[in-house]
Amino acid sequence: MTNMEHTIAEKILLVHTNKKDISPGEFIEAKVDIALGNDITAPLAIEEFKKAGFKKVFDRDKVVLVPDHFTPAKDLRSANQAKILANFAREQKLKNYFEVGCMGIEHALLPEKGLVLPGMLVIGADSHTCTYGALGSYSTGVGSTDLARAFVDGKCWFKIPQNIKFVYNGKLSKWISGKDLILFTLGKIGVDGALYCAMEFCGPVIKKLGMDDRFTMSNMAIEAGARTGLIEPDEITWKYVKEHQSTSYQNPRKKPSAVSCQLSADLKSDKDAHYQKTYEWDVTNLEPQVACPHLPSNVKSVSQLNDVKLDQVVIGSCTNGRISDLRIAAKILKGKKVKSGLRLIVIPATQKIYLEAVKEGLVEIFVKAGGIFSTPTCGPCLGGHMGVLTEGESCLATTNRNFIGRMGSPKSFVYLSSPAVAAASAITGRITHPSEIG
Amino acid sequence: MIIKGRIHKFGDDINTDDIITAKYLVSTDLKELGSHCMESIRPDFASQVREGDIIVAGKNFGCGSSREHAPLAIKGCGIAAVIAKSFAAIFFRNAINIGLPFLESQDVDKINDGDEIEIDIAGGTIKNISRNQTYKTQAFPQFLQELVAQGGLMNYIKSHNR
Repeated sequence: MTNMEHTIAEKILLVHTNKKDISPGEFIEAKVDIALGNDITAPLAIEEFKKAGFKKVFDRDKVVLVPDHFTPAKDLRSANQAKILANFAREQKLKNYFEVGCMGIEHALLPEKGLVLPGMLVIGADSHTCTYGALGSYSTGVGSTDLARAFVDGKCWFKIPQNIKFVYNGKLSKWISGKDLILFTLGKIGVDGALYCAMEFCGPVIKKLGMDDRFTMSNMAIEAGARTGLIEPDEITWKYVKEHQSTSYQNPRKKPSAVSCQLSADLKSDKDAHYQKTYEWDVTNLEPQVACPHLPSNVKSVSQLNDVKLDQVVIGSCTNGRISDLRIAAKILKGKKVKSGLRLIVIPATQKIYLEAVKEGLVEIFVKAGGIFSTPTCGPCLGGHMGVLTEGESCLATTNRNFIGRMGSPKSFVYLSSPAVAAASAITGRITHPSEIG
Repeated sequence: MIIKGRIHKFGDDINTDDIITAKYLVSTDLKELGSHCMESIRPDFASQVREGDIIVAGKNFGCGSSREHAPLAIKGCGIAAVIAKSFAAIFFRNAINIGLPFLESQDVDKINDGDEIEIDIAGGTIKNISRNQTYKTQAFPQFLQELVAQGGLMNYIKSHNR
């Protein structure tokens, strides 16, 4: 039986296959528009690619490599892995390889460089590839072997997901952001609440969200087990796309897959498209949300956590390392001091954001407050470097995961929050509602 | 494919940081990764595994990161297969792509740590030899079974491309 009414996720997948129709549960092969890897996932992919005897990637414009996790190289073995990427990029003449100096955290960098467009099908050997769902792209995390295969023929196998709709009604109050919305959602549905599904975020609150907040929400779709987190492109999306056009797509002969351009008129879910479930919430009275150790779904309101003392605060990552995140944090920290003994680590997600932060005087605010401002890197988010925790320490971070040992010692504790809560908490030394800061 | 082995039981939401901590993602060596499998939640796990043992776990096994090092670490420490109530999506992909056999079963609560079991991957049957019980589960679609049977995605691509 053919179901002609489709969600935006199904439409994007369908147009990248040869099939006449697709339905949830089915396995298909599709052509991808971008195949992305980083310094911890691409070395394995490159090894598999070469071991299988393949010599040349399918399209040197569509393979994107970003060394962002353990860079600038945190030790010898990380340097070796980063070198594997650099050598492969040179050997394959890859257009989109970003060395230290150009690189940023991949899921902030790719949209900024205009590499991802609405309607594209993107795979990345990194679970937070779902971030670009905010641009109306079906973007999904895969493994290194999937990436190796894509190097060969530009294709990937997919299981068509079910769809879940999330409708956010009401109005956002002063300190509430995309991070609070997604943490609230995770608290409600759990870490497998959208297992193998495509999440779709909609409603009047979403329509008013800026791109940075949308990226934050889509970024954490994976924490609910979802394949991707889509937001239908609208005027806000297209304005962002226009302002971040890639030079490679301005050359008519190098346009991305023609289908994504044709799709631009139809990147909407049909009225009678099938959703496995729909959640609808009025978020008007939502308090800032905090995920407690050791699951992103262990979510409480900030006012329940006032007595949690902190050793470290991290503001950054692919979740919340963008300029509006830094601006909110700086507004709260301006003229104030970080609690004595607490380490505040601020990490802009890209070089462009870094320079904007310098120009706008944000860096001076962070440093004068007693914090540090780092080069772009994933660093502490996964316990790599730039802020690893020792036994007994607690960190509040604007990152996306807080499993046992995520940021260092298995006996350390990670809380997740918005930049506003993180900045306020850096001042008091405990988890704090931003309204407490005068 | 028939796999027979001793069980190591785990709970719900075993994540990729549990399976292989990020600090070890500087290696692609199976044995090295295997030696650190489950280290932060069960420090002596890798040393206790005998070649051919089987992991049995609750829901959402392998949630979190896309790191393929996770099923590699499981394979590398000698585990022959994984049975869980449900699998996280990217772990599911990775296990298939590297040819790590696994099955979904709602009967995992009936299987205890240390039990001896026998799995028929193609048929979808689990025989608990220690408890004299049999559980039936859905076998994977043909496409996925073929990938696992061929030893993973790259072998499949090689044989179909050349």
